Amino acid sequence: MNARQVRRYVLPTLALLVALGAWEAVVRVNDIQPVILPAPSLIAKTLVSDWSILFRSLLVTLRITVEALVAATLGGTLAALAFARFKWLEEAIFPFAVIMQVTPVVAIAPLLLVYFDSGGAVLVCSFLVAFFPILSNTALGLSSVDHNLLDLFQLYRASGGRQLLWLRVPSALPYFLGGLRIGGGLALIGAIVAEIAAGSAGQGSGLAFRIIESGYRLNIPRMFAALVLISLTGVAIYLALSALSYLLLHRWHDSARNRER
Amino acid sequence: MSAVLSEAAAVVAPRLGRLEDVSKTFANGTVALTGVNLEIRRGEFLSLLGPSGCGKSTILRLLADLTSPSAGWINWSEKEHELGFVFQEPTLMPWANVFNNVWLPLRLKGQSRASAEPAIREALAKVGLSGFAKAYPRELSGGMKMRVSIARALVTRPALLLMDEPFAALDEITRNKLNDDLVALKVELGATVVFVTHSVYESVYLSDRIVVMAPRPGRVVAEIEIPAPLPRDEDFRLSPLYAERCRETSAALHQAMDMETKGASH
Repeated sequence: MNARQVRRYVLPTLALLVALGAWEAVVRVNDIQPVILPAPSLIAKTLVSDWSILFRSLLVTLRITVEALVAATLGGTLAALAFARFKWLEEAIFPFAVIMQVTPVVAIAPLLLVYFDSGGAVLVCSFLVAFFPILSNTALGLSSVDHNLLDLFQLYRASGGRQLLWLRVPSALPYFLGGLRIGGGLALIGAIVAEIAAGSAGQGSGLAFRIIESGYRLNIPRMFAALVLISLTGVAIYLALSALSYLLLHRWHDSARNRER
Repeated sequence: MSAVLSEAAAVVAPRLGRLEDVSKTFANGTVALTGVNLEIRRGEFLSLLGPSGCGKSTILRLLADLTSPSAGWINWSEKEHELGFVFQEPTLMPWANVFNNVWLPLRLKGQSRASAEPAIREALAKVGLSGFAKAYPRELSGGMKMRVSIARALVTRPALLLMDEPFAALDEITRNKLNDDLVALKVELGATVVFVTHSVYESVYLSDRIVVMAPRPGRVVAEIEIPAPLPRDEDFRLSPLYAERCRETSAALHQAMDMETKGASH
Protein backbone atom coordinates (compact mmCIF):
# COMPACT_ATOMS: atom_id res chain seq x y z
CA MET A 1 0.00 0.00 0.00
CA ASN A 2 1.37 3.39 -0.90
CA ALA A 3 0.74 6.59 1.00
CA ARG A 4 -2.27 7.58 -1.06
CA GLN A 5 -4.02 4.24 -0.52
CA VAL A 6 -3.28 4.38 3.20
CA ARG A 7 -4.85 7.78 3.33
CA ARG A 8 -7.83 6.65 1.31
CA TYR A 9 -8.76 3.74 3.60
CA VAL A 10 -7.16 4.47 6.96
CA LEU A 11 -8.24 8.07 7.28
CA PRO A 12 -12.03 7.54 6.98
CA THR A 13 -11.82 4.46 9.23
CA LEU A 14 -10.01 6.46 11.89
CA ALA A 15 -12.50 9.30 11.59
CA LEU A 16 -15.39 6.86 12.04
CA LEU A 17 -13.77 5.26 15.12
CA VAL A 18 -13.07 8.66 16.66
CA ALA A 19 -16.70 9.73 16.09
CA LEU A 20 -18.05 6.50 17.62
CA GLY A 21 -15.66 6.86 20.55
CA ALA A 22 -16.75 10.42 21.18
CA TRP A 23 -20.41 9.35 20.98
CA GLU A 24 -19.79 6.54 23.46
CA ALA A 25 -17.91 8.92 25.80
CA VAL A 26 -20.60 11.60 25.69
CA VAL A 27 -23.31 9.04 26.56
CA ARG A 28 -21.30 7.49 29.42
CA VAL A 29 -19.94 10.72 30.93
CA ASN A 30 -23.34 12.44 30.93
CA ASP A 31 -25.16 9.23 31.79
CA ILE A 32 -27.66 9.74 28.96
CA GLN A 33 -30.57 7.27 29.05
CA PRO A 34 -30.82 4.79 26.13
CA VAL A 35 -34.35 6.02 25.46
CA ILE A 36 -32.86 9.42 24.55
CA LEU A 37 -29.59 8.39 22.93
CA PRO A 38 -28.20 4.84 23.08
CA ALA A 39 -24.44 4.37 23.05
CA PRO A 40 -22.87 2.68 20.00
CA SER A 41 -21.97 -0.32 22.14
CA LEU A 42 -25.64 -0.76 23.12
CA ILE A 43 -26.72 -0.45 19.48
CA ALA A 44 -24.22 -3.17 18.58
CA LYS A 45 -25.54 -5.36 21.39
CA THR A 46 -29.11 -4.78 20.19
CA LEU A 47 -28.11 -5.72 16.67
CA VAL A 48 -26.92 -9.06 17.99
CA SER A 49 -29.76 -9.72 20.45
CA ASP A 50 -32.55 -8.65 18.04
CA TRP A 51 -30.84 -10.12 15.01
CA SER A 52 -33.56 -12.65 14.15
CA ILE A 53 -36.28 -9.97 14.02
CA LEU A 54 -34.11 -7.37 12.30
CA PHE A 55 -32.70 -9.83 9.77
CA ARG A 56 -36.17 -10.95 8.73
CA SER A 57 -37.11 -7.29 8.21
CA LEU A 58 -33.89 -6.62 6.35
CA LEU A 59 -34.71 -9.46 3.94
CA VAL A 60 -38.18 -8.01 3.34
CA THR A 61 -36.81 -4.54 2.59
CA LEU A 62 -34.01 -5.93 0.49
CA ARG A 63 -36.36 -8.12 -1.54
CA ILE A 64 -38.69 -5.20 -2.27
CA THR A 65 -35.77 -2.95 -3.22
CA VAL A 66 -34.21 -5.51 -5.55
CA GLU A 67 -37.54 -6.43 -7.15
CA ALA A 68 -38.37 -2.77 -7.70
CA LEU A 69 -34.90 -2.05 -9.09
CA VAL A 70 -35.04 -4.98 -11.50
CA ALA A 71 -38.51 -3.92 -12.67
CA ALA A 72 -37.39 -0.28 -13.01
CA THR A 73 -34.27 -1.33 -14.92
CA LEU A 74 -36.25 -3.49 -17.36
CA GLY A 75 -39.05 -0.94 -17.68
CA GLY A 76 -36.75 2.08 -17.94
CA THR A 77 -34.48 0.46 -20.49
CA LEU A 78 -37.32 -0.83 -22.66
CA ALA A 79 -39.07 2.54 -22.54
CA ALA A 80 -35.83 4.31 -23.47
CA LEU A 81 -35.30 1.93 -26.38
CA ALA A 82 -38.87 2.52 -27.54
CA PHE A 83 -38.33 6.29 -27.24
CA ALA A 84 -35.12 6.04 -29.29
CA ARG A 85 -36.93 4.06 -31.98
CA PHE A 86 -40.13 6.12 -32.10
CA LYS A 87 -39.57 9.81 -31.43
CA TRP A 88 -43.31 10.51 -31.31
CA LEU A 89 -43.66 8.05 -28.45
CA GLU A 90 -41.10 9.99 -26.42
CA GLU A 91 -42.86 13.26 -27.13
CA ALA A 92 -46.20 11.76 -26.10
CA ILE A 93 -45.15 9.88 -22.97
CA PHE A 94 -42.18 11.73 -21.52
CA PRO A 95 -44.29 14.44 -19.81
CA PHE A 96 -46.09 11.71 -17.84
CA ALA A 97 -42.77 10.32 -16.69
CA VAL A 98 -41.74 13.80 -15.55
CA ILE A 99 -45.00 14.33 -13.66
CA MET A 100 -44.54 10.98 -11.97
CA GLN A 101 -41.01 11.93 -11.02
CA VAL A 102 -41.64 15.41 -9.65
CA THR A 103 -44.60 14.35 -7.52
CA PRO A 104 -43.12 13.37 -4.13
CA VAL A 105 -43.46 9.67 -3.52
CA VAL A 106 -44.73 10.27 0.05
CA ALA A 107 -47.71 12.05 -1.46
CA ILE A 108 -48.52 9.20 -3.83
CA ALA A 109 -48.13 6.42 -1.28
CA PRO A 110 -51.53 6.85 0.49
CA LEU A 111 -53.26 6.73 -2.89
CA LEU A 112 -51.42 3.58 -3.86
CA LEU A 113 -52.60 2.00 -0.61
CA VAL A 114 -56.14 2.42 -1.87
CA TYR A 115 -55.42 0.31 -4.93
CA PHE A 116 -52.85 -2.21 -3.70
CA ASP A 117 -52.25 -4.18 -0.55
CA SER A 118 -49.45 -2.69 1.51
CA GLY A 119 -46.76 -4.96 0.04
CA GLY A 120 -47.84 -4.09 -3.50
CA ALA A 121 -47.99 -0.38 -2.73
CA VAL A 122 -44.48 -0.37 -1.32
CA LEU A 123 -43.18 -2.20 -4.38
CA VAL A 124 -44.90 0.21 -6.77
CA CYS A 125 -43.59 3.25 -4.85
CA SER A 126 -40.06 1.93 -4.92
CA PHE A 127 -40.41 1.17 -8.64
CA LEU A 128 -41.75 4.64 -9.42
CA VAL A 129 -38.80 6.50 -7.91
CA ALA A 130 -36.17 4.19 -9.42
CA PHE A 131 -37.77 4.11 -12.87
CA PHE A 132 -37.27 7.73 -13.91
CA PRO A 133 -33.49 8.18 -13.52
CA ILE A 134 -32.92 4.94 -15.41
CA LEU A 135 -35.31 5.95 -18.17
CA SER A 136 -34.04 9.50 -18.60
CA ASN A 137 -30.36 8.60 -18.41
CA THR A 138 -30.70 5.73 -20.84
CA ALA A 139 -32.78 7.82 -23.23
CA LEU A 140 -30.13 10.55 -23.10
CA GLY A 141 -27.39 7.98 -23.71
CA LEU A 142 -29.19 6.43 -26.67
CA SER A 143 -29.43 9.81 -28.37
CA SER A 144 -25.90 10.96 -27.46
CA VAL A 145 -24.16 9.11 -30.25
CA ASP A 146 -21.16 10.50 -32.14
CA HIS A 147 -22.66 11.87 -35.37
CA ASN A 148 -19.65 10.78 -37.39
CA LEU A 149 -20.13 7.22 -36.19
CA LEU A 150 -23.77 7.44 -37.27
CA ASP A 151 -22.54 8.61 -40.69
CA LEU A 152 -20.12 5.70 -40.79
CA PHE A 153 -22.90 3.21 -40.07
CA GLN A 154 -25.02 4.82 -42.77
CA LEU A 155 -22.09 4.73 -45.19
CA TYR A 156 -21.77 0.97 -44.74
CA ARG A 157 -25.56 0.62 -45.00
CA ALA A 158 -26.07 -0.73 -41.49
CA SER A 159 -29.65 -1.73 -40.67
CA GLY A 160 -31.52 0.13 -37.94
CA GLY A 161 -31.27 -2.89 -35.66
CA ARG A 162 -27.49 -3.12 -35.97
CA GLN A 163 -27.11 0.60 -35.51
CA LEU A 164 -29.08 0.27 -32.28
CA LEU A 165 -27.27 -2.82 -31.02
CA TRP A 166 -23.70 -2.02 -32.07
CA LEU A 167 -23.70 1.75 -31.76
CA ARG A 168 -26.48 3.25 -29.68
CA VAL A 169 -26.55 0.64 -26.93
CA PRO A 170 -22.80 0.72 -26.17
CA SER A 171 -22.82 4.53 -26.40
CA ALA A 172 -25.64 4.60 -23.85
CA LEU A 173 -24.02 2.15 -21.44
CA PRO A 174 -22.17 4.73 -19.25
CA TYR A 175 -25.34 6.83 -19.02
CA PHE A 176 -27.44 3.77 -18.18
CA LEU A 177 -25.04 2.73 -15.43
CA GLY A 178 -25.13 6.24 -13.99
CA GLY A 179 -28.93 6.06 -13.95
CA LEU A 180 -28.81 2.61 -12.39
CA ARG A 181 -26.62 3.85 -9.55
CA ILE A 182 -29.04 6.68 -8.80
CA GLY A 183 -32.02 4.34 -9.23
CA GLY A 184 -30.51 1.78 -6.85
CA GLY A 185 -30.29 4.32 -4.04
CA LEU A 186 -33.74 5.69 -4.80
CA ALA A 187 -35.34 2.22 -4.84
CA LEU A 188 -34.28 1.73 -1.23
CA ILE A 189 -35.50 5.20 -0.27
CA GLY A 190 -38.79 4.53 -2.08
CA ALA A 191 -39.27 1.23 -0.27
CA ILE A 192 -38.61 2.81 3.14
CA VAL A 193 -40.72 5.92 2.53
CA ALA A 194 -43.66 3.89 1.24
CA GLU A 195 -43.57 1.55 4.19
CA ILE A 196 -43.53 4.49 6.60
CA ALA A 197 -46.43 6.08 4.73
CA ALA A 198 -48.28 2.76 4.85
CA GLY A 199 -47.53 2.89 8.58
CA SER A 200 -50.70 2.05 10.46
CA ALA A 201 -52.46 0.74 7.36
CA GLY A 202 -49.80 -1.83 6.59
CA GLN A 203 -48.93 -5.09 8.20
CA GLY A 204 -45.49 -4.61 6.70
CA SER A 205 -42.48 -6.10 8.36
CA GLY A 206 -39.63 -4.33 6.61
CA LEU A 207 -36.99 -2.25 8.35
CA ALA A 208 -39.08 0.93 8.13
CA PHE A 209 -41.89 -0.87 9.96
CA ARG A 210 -39.41 -1.90 12.67
CA ILE A 211 -38.41 1.76 13.05
CA ILE A 212 -42.01 2.92 13.51
CA GLU A 213 -42.75 0.00 15.83
CA SER A 214 -39.63 0.72 17.92
CA GLY A 215 -40.67 4.37 18.09
CA TYR A 216 -44.07 3.43 19.52
CA ARG A 217 -42.45 1.11 22.03
CA LEU A 218 -39.71 3.62 22.91
CA ASN A 219 -37.19 0.93 22.00
CA ILE A 220 -34.68 3.48 20.72
CA PRO A 221 -31.65 1.12 20.56
CA ARG A 222 -33.54 -1.13 18.15
CA MET A 223 -34.57 1.93 16.13
CA PHE A 224 -30.90 2.81 15.77
CA ALA A 225 -30.03 -0.77 14.92
CA ALA A 226 -32.63 -0.79 12.12
CA LEU A 227 -31.25 2.55 10.92
CA VAL A 228 -27.74 1.11 10.80
CA LEU A 229 -28.99 -1.81 8.70
CA ILE A 230 -30.76 0.55 6.27
CA SER A 231 -27.59 2.61 5.86
CA LEU A 232 -25.49 -0.49 5.32
CA THR A 233 -27.99 -1.76 2.75
CA GLY A 234 -27.75 1.55 0.88
CA VAL A 235 -23.97 1.43 0.95
CA ALA A 236 -23.98 -2.20 -0.25
CA ILE A 237 -26.29 -1.37 -3.17
CA TYR A 238 -24.10 1.58 -4.13
CA LEU A 239 -20.89 -0.47 -3.94
CA ALA A 240 -22.38 -3.35 -5.93
CA LEU A 241 -23.57 -1.04 -8.72
CA SER A 242 -20.27 0.86 -8.72
CA ALA A 243 -18.42 -2.43 -9.08
CA LEU A 244 -20.70 -3.40 -11.97
CA SER A 245 -20.01 -0.03 -13.58
CA TYR A 246 -16.27 -0.47 -13.15
CA LEU A 247 -16.37 -3.99 -14.59
CA LEU A 248 -18.20 -2.88 -17.71
CA LEU A 249 -16.41 0.42 -18.32
CA HIS A 250 -12.87 0.30 -16.98
CA ARG A 251 -11.31 -0.70 -20.28
CA TRP A 252 -12.63 2.22 -22.25
CA HIS A 253 -14.57 4.91 -20.46
CA ASP A 254 -12.95 7.98 -18.90
CA SER A 255 -15.23 7.85 -15.86
CA ALA A 256 -13.77 4.52 -14.75
CA ARG A 257 -10.11 5.33 -15.27
CA ASN A 258 -7.55 7.05 -13.15
CA ARG A 259 -6.20 10.24 -14.58
CA GLU A 260 -2.54 9.96 -15.51
CA ARG A 261 -0.36 12.11 -13.33
CA MET B 1 -3.59 26.92 -68.57
CA SER B 2 -5.08 24.58 -66.04
CA ALA B 3 -7.99 23.89 -68.39
CA VAL B 4 -5.58 22.68 -71.08
CA LEU B 5 -3.82 20.46 -68.60
CA SER B 6 -7.01 18.89 -67.30
CA GLU B 7 -8.09 17.97 -70.82
CA ALA B 8 -4.73 16.36 -71.42
CA ALA B 9 -4.93 14.40 -68.20
CA ALA B 10 -8.51 13.33 -68.87
CA VAL B 11 -7.25 11.30 -71.81
CA VAL B 12 -4.82 9.47 -69.54
CA ALA B 13 -7.12 8.87 -66.54
CA PRO B 14 -10.63 7.52 -67.13
CA ARG B 15 -13.42 9.12 -65.19
CA LEU B 16 -14.65 7.59 -61.95
CA GLY B 17 -17.47 10.01 -61.40
CA ARG B 18 -18.67 13.49 -62.12
CA LEU B 19 -20.68 16.10 -60.28
CA GLU B 20 -22.99 17.71 -62.83
CA ASP B 21 -24.14 21.20 -61.94
CA VAL B 22 -24.62 20.18 -58.32
CA SER B 23 -26.20 22.56 -55.83
CA LYS B 24 -26.94 21.92 -52.20
CA THR B 25 -29.15 24.06 -50.00
CA PHE B 26 -29.63 23.02 -46.38
CA ALA B 27 -33.00 23.02 -44.65
CA ASN B 28 -32.10 26.27 -42.84
CA GLY B 29 -31.64 28.03 -46.20
CA THR B 30 -27.83 28.01 -46.23
CA VAL B 31 -26.53 27.53 -49.76
CA ALA B 32 -23.59 25.15 -49.31
CA LEU B 33 -22.86 24.57 -52.98
CA THR B 34 -24.00 26.14 -56.20
CA GLY B 35 -23.49 24.90 -59.76
CA VAL B 36 -20.51 22.66 -59.04
CA ASN B 37 -19.10 20.69 -61.96
CA LEU B 38 -16.33 18.42 -60.86
CA GLU B 39 -14.77 15.37 -62.40
CA ILE B 40 -13.12 12.68 -60.33
CA ARG B 41 -10.59 10.64 -62.26
CA ARG B 42 -9.78 7.06 -61.51
CA GLY B 43 -6.64 6.68 -59.44
CA GLU B 44 -5.96 10.37 -58.87
CA PHE B 45 -5.20 12.13 -55.61
CA LEU B 46 -7.59 15.07 -55.69
CA SER B 47 -7.54 17.78 -53.05
CA LEU B 48 -10.44 20.12 -52.33
CA LEU B 49 -8.95 23.34 -50.99
CA GLY B 50 -10.74 26.39 -49.68
CA PRO B 51 -11.63 28.49 -46.66
CA SER B 52 -14.20 27.20 -44.20
CA GLY B 53 -17.78 27.36 -45.42
CA CYS B 54 -16.87 26.67 -49.06
CA GLY B 55 -18.68 23.32 -49.14
CA LYS B 56 -15.62 21.02 -49.29
CA SER B 57 -17.05 18.67 -46.71
CA THR B 58 -20.47 18.81 -48.35
CA ILE B 59 -18.90 17.50 -51.56
CA LEU B 60 -17.44 14.57 -49.63
CA ARG B 61 -20.81 13.84 -48.04
CA LEU B 62 -22.44 13.96 -51.47
CA LEU B 63 -19.84 11.57 -52.87
CA ALA B 64 -20.45 9.23 -49.91
CA ASP B 65 -24.23 9.41 -50.47
CA LEU B 66 -24.65 10.67 -46.90
CA THR B 67 -26.66 13.54 -48.35
CA SER B 68 -28.19 14.19 -51.76
CA PRO B 69 -27.94 17.21 -54.04
CA SER B 70 -30.77 19.78 -54.06
CA ALA B 71 -30.18 20.20 -57.79
CA GLY B 72 -27.98 18.51 -60.35
CA TRP B 73 -26.71 14.96 -60.05
CA ILE B 74 -23.67 12.75 -59.67
CA ASN B 75 -22.73 10.42 -62.51
CA TRP B 76 -20.75 7.36 -61.54
CA SER B 77 -19.03 5.29 -64.21
CA GLU B 78 -19.79 2.14 -62.22
CA LYS B 79 -22.99 1.34 -60.38
CA GLU B 80 -21.31 0.16 -57.20
CA HIS B 81 -17.95 0.99 -55.81
CA GLU B 82 -16.43 0.39 -52.43
CA LEU B 83 -16.10 3.56 -50.33
CA GLY B 84 -13.85 4.50 -47.47
CA PHE B 85 -14.38 7.60 -45.33
CA VAL B 86 -11.92 9.17 -42.90
CA PHE B 87 -13.27 11.95 -40.71
CA GLN B 88 -11.47 14.88 -39.16
CA GLU B 89 -11.59 13.06 -35.81
CA PRO B 90 -10.59 9.40 -35.54
CA THR B 91 -14.28 8.51 -34.92
CA LEU B 92 -13.50 5.17 -33.30
CA MET B 93 -15.88 3.23 -31.08
CA PRO B 94 -14.28 3.72 -27.65
CA TRP B 95 -15.79 0.50 -26.26
CA ALA B 96 -14.20 -1.65 -28.98
CA ASN B 97 -10.52 -2.51 -29.30
CA VAL B 98 -8.52 -1.72 -32.43
CA PHE B 99 -9.27 -5.09 -34.02
CA ASN B 100 -13.02 -4.74 -33.55
CA ASN B 101 -13.00 -1.15 -34.77
CA VAL B 102 -11.31 -2.19 -38.01
CA TRP B 103 -13.63 -5.18 -38.27
CA LEU B 104 -16.74 -2.95 -38.26
CA PRO B 105 -17.11 -2.28 -42.03
CA LEU B 106 -16.65 -5.98 -42.83
CA ARG B 107 -18.88 -7.02 -39.95
CA LEU B 108 -21.63 -4.77 -41.30
CA LYS B 109 -21.21 -6.59 -44.61
CA GLY B 110 -21.85 -9.84 -42.80
CA GLN B 111 -18.29 -11.14 -42.45
CA SER B 112 -17.51 -13.22 -39.39
CA ARG B 113 -14.52 -12.44 -37.21
CA ALA B 114 -12.60 -15.41 -38.59
CA SER B 115 -13.24 -14.64 -42.25
CA ALA B 116 -12.46 -10.95 -41.77
CA GLU B 117 -9.30 -11.52 -39.75
CA PRO B 118 -6.76 -11.71 -42.64
CA ALA B 119 -8.06 -8.44 -44.13
CA ILE B 120 -7.99 -6.76 -40.70
CA ARG B 121 -4.42 -7.94 -39.99
CA GLU B 122 -3.35 -6.71 -43.42
CA ALA B 123 -4.96 -3.30 -42.97
CA LEU B 124 -3.36 -2.90 -39.54
CA ALA B 125 0.03 -3.92 -40.94
CA LYS B 126 -0.34 -1.35 -43.72
CA VAL B 127 -0.80 1.49 -41.25
CA GLY B 128 1.96 0.17 -39.00
CA LEU B 129 -0.20 -0.98 -36.10
CA SER B 130 0.30 -4.74 -36.22
CA GLY B 131 1.03 -5.02 -32.50
CA PHE B 132 -1.96 -3.00 -31.37
CA ALA B 133 -4.98 -5.15 -32.29
CA LYS B 134 -6.00 -5.57 -28.67
CA ALA B 135 -5.43 -1.95 -27.59
CA TYR B 136 -8.37 0.31 -26.86
CA PRO B 137 -8.62 3.74 -28.54
CA ARG B 138 -8.19 5.38 -25.13
CA GLU B 139 -4.70 3.89 -24.91
CA LEU B 140 -3.49 5.29 -28.24
CA SER B 141 -1.98 8.63 -29.23
CA GLY B 142 -3.82 10.97 -31.60
CA GLY B 143 -1.70 9.88 -34.56
CA MET B 144 -2.22 6.19 -33.82
CA LYS B 145 -5.99 6.67 -33.53
CA MET B 146 -5.93 8.31 -36.96
CA ARG B 147 -4.01 5.30 -38.29
CA VAL B 148 -6.71 2.99 -36.93
CA SER B 149 -9.28 5.16 -38.66
CA ILE B 150 -7.37 4.82 -41.94
CA ALA B 151 -7.02 1.04 -41.47
CA ARG B 152 -10.79 0.85 -40.98
CA ALA B 153 -11.35 2.81 -44.19
CA LEU B 154 -8.90 0.60 -46.12
CA VAL B 155 -10.13 -2.76 -44.84
CA THR B 156 -12.83 -3.00 -47.53
CA ARG B 157 -10.23 -2.18 -50.24
CA PRO B 158 -12.17 0.90 -51.37
CA ALA B 159 -11.98 2.20 -54.92
CA LEU B 160 -12.66 5.68 -53.57
CA LEU B 161 -11.22 7.01 -50.34
CA LEU B 162 -12.81 10.20 -48.99
CA MET B 163 -10.87 12.13 -46.37
CA ASP B 164 -12.19 15.17 -44.53
CA GLU B 165 -9.19 17.12 -43.16
CA PRO B 166 -8.04 13.91 -41.55
CA PHE B 167 -4.84 15.14 -39.95
CA ALA B 168 -5.84 18.72 -39.11
CA ALA B 169 -5.82 18.09 -35.37
CA LEU B 170 -2.36 16.51 -35.31
CA ASP B 171 1.04 18.10 -34.79
CA GLU B 172 3.09 18.87 -37.88
CA ILE B 173 5.65 16.07 -37.47
CA THR B 174 2.94 13.43 -37.12
CA ARG B 175 0.95 14.99 -39.94
CA ASN B 176 3.87 14.91 -42.39
CA LYS B 177 4.61 11.29 -41.55
CA LEU B 178 0.95 10.28 -41.98
CA ASN B 179 0.72 12.19 -45.26
CA ASP B 180 3.74 10.30 -46.64
CA ASP B 181 2.32 6.99 -45.45
CA LEU B 182 -1.07 7.83 -46.91
CA VAL B 183 0.35 8.55 -50.37
CA ALA B 184 2.43 5.36 -50.27
CA LEU B 185 -0.72 3.36 -49.40
CA LYS B 186 -2.73 5.08 -52.07
CA VAL B 187 -0.11 4.22 -54.69
CA GLU B 188 0.09 0.63 -53.46
CA LEU B 189 -3.69 0.14 -53.51
CA GLY B 190 -4.32 2.16 -56.66
CA ALA B 191 -7.25 3.87 -54.94
CA THR B 192 -8.73 7.21 -55.86
CA VAL B 193 -8.46 9.74 -53.04
CA VAL B 194 -10.53 12.87 -52.52
CA PHE B 195 -8.87 14.84 -49.75
CA VAL B 196 -10.29 17.94 -48.08
CA THR B 197 -7.75 20.36 -46.68
CA HIS B 198 -7.22 24.03 -45.98
CA SER B 199 -3.43 23.89 -46.30
CA VAL B 200 -1.91 25.06 -49.59
CA TYR B 201 1.41 23.30 -48.94
CA GLU B 202 -0.16 20.04 -47.92
CA SER B 203 -2.40 19.99 -50.99
CA VAL B 204 0.44 20.76 -53.42
CA TYR B 205 2.68 18.14 -51.84
CA LEU B 206 0.05 15.40 -51.89
CA SER B 207 -2.12 15.92 -54.94
CA ASP B 208 -2.25 15.15 -58.62
CA ARG B 209 -4.86 17.87 -58.86
CA ILE B 210 -6.20 20.62 -56.62
CA VAL B 211 -9.68 22.09 -56.86
CA VAL B 212 -9.84 25.52 -55.23
CA MET B 213 -13.23 26.54 -53.87
CA ALA B 214 -14.78 29.83 -52.76
CA PRO B 215 -17.32 30.15 -49.97
CA ARG B 216 -20.85 31.52 -49.55
CA PRO B 217 -22.08 30.07 -51.76
CA GLY B 218 -19.60 27.23 -52.20
CA ARG B 219 -18.30 26.90 -55.73
CA VAL B 220 -15.26 25.80 -57.72
CA VAL B 221 -13.00 28.67 -58.77
CA ALA B 222 -9.81 27.02 -60.02
CA GLU B 223 -8.24 23.69 -60.88
CA ILE B 224 -4.50 23.17 -60.62
CA GLU B 225 -2.60 20.14 -61.89
CA ILE B 226 0.64 19.00 -60.32
CA PRO B 227 2.29 16.78 -62.93
CA ALA B 228 4.80 14.94 -60.74
CA PRO B 229 4.57 11.24 -59.94
CA LEU B 230 3.41 10.02 -56.50
CA PRO B 231 4.84 9.24 -54.01
CA ARG B 232 6.94 12.34 -53.57
CA ASP B 233 9.77 12.96 -51.14
CA GLU B 234 11.36 15.90 -49.37
CA ASP B 235 13.29 16.80 -52.55
CA PHE B 236 9.97 17.61 -54.19
CA ARG B 237 9.46 20.38 -51.65
CA LEU B 238 12.65 22.00 -53.03
CA SER B 239 11.69 21.68 -56.71
CA PRO B 240 10.71 24.67 -58.89
CA LEU B 241 7.44 22.91 -59.74
CA TYR B 242 6.48 22.76 -56.04
CA ALA B 243 7.29 26.45 -55.49
CA GLU B 244 5.44 27.52 -58.60
CA ARG B 245 2.33 25.47 -57.82
CA CYS B 246 2.31 26.70 -54.23
CA ARG B 247 2.34 30.27 -55.50
CA GLU B 248 -0.36 29.55 -58.04
CA THR B 249 -2.55 27.72 -55.54
CA SER B 250 -2.04 30.37 -52.91
CA ALA B 251 -3.03 33.08 -55.40
CA ALA B 252 -6.17 31.13 -56.37
CA LEU B 253 -7.08 30.73 -52.71
CA HIS B 254 -6.63 34.44 -52.04
CA GLN B 255 -8.77 35.22 -55.04
CA ALA B 256 -11.43 32.88 -53.66
CA MET B 257 -11.39 34.67 -50.33
CA ASP B 258 -11.53 38.09 -52.04
CA MET B 259 -14.67 36.93 -53.81
CA GLU B 260 -16.17 36.32 -50.40
CA THR B 261 -15.39 39.81 -49.11
CA LYS B 262 -16.85 41.31 -52.27
CA GLY B 263 -19.87 39.06 -51.99
CA ALA B 264 -20.36 40.12 -48.38
CA SER B 265 -20.31 43.85 -49.22
CA HIS B 266 -23.36 43.49 -51.47
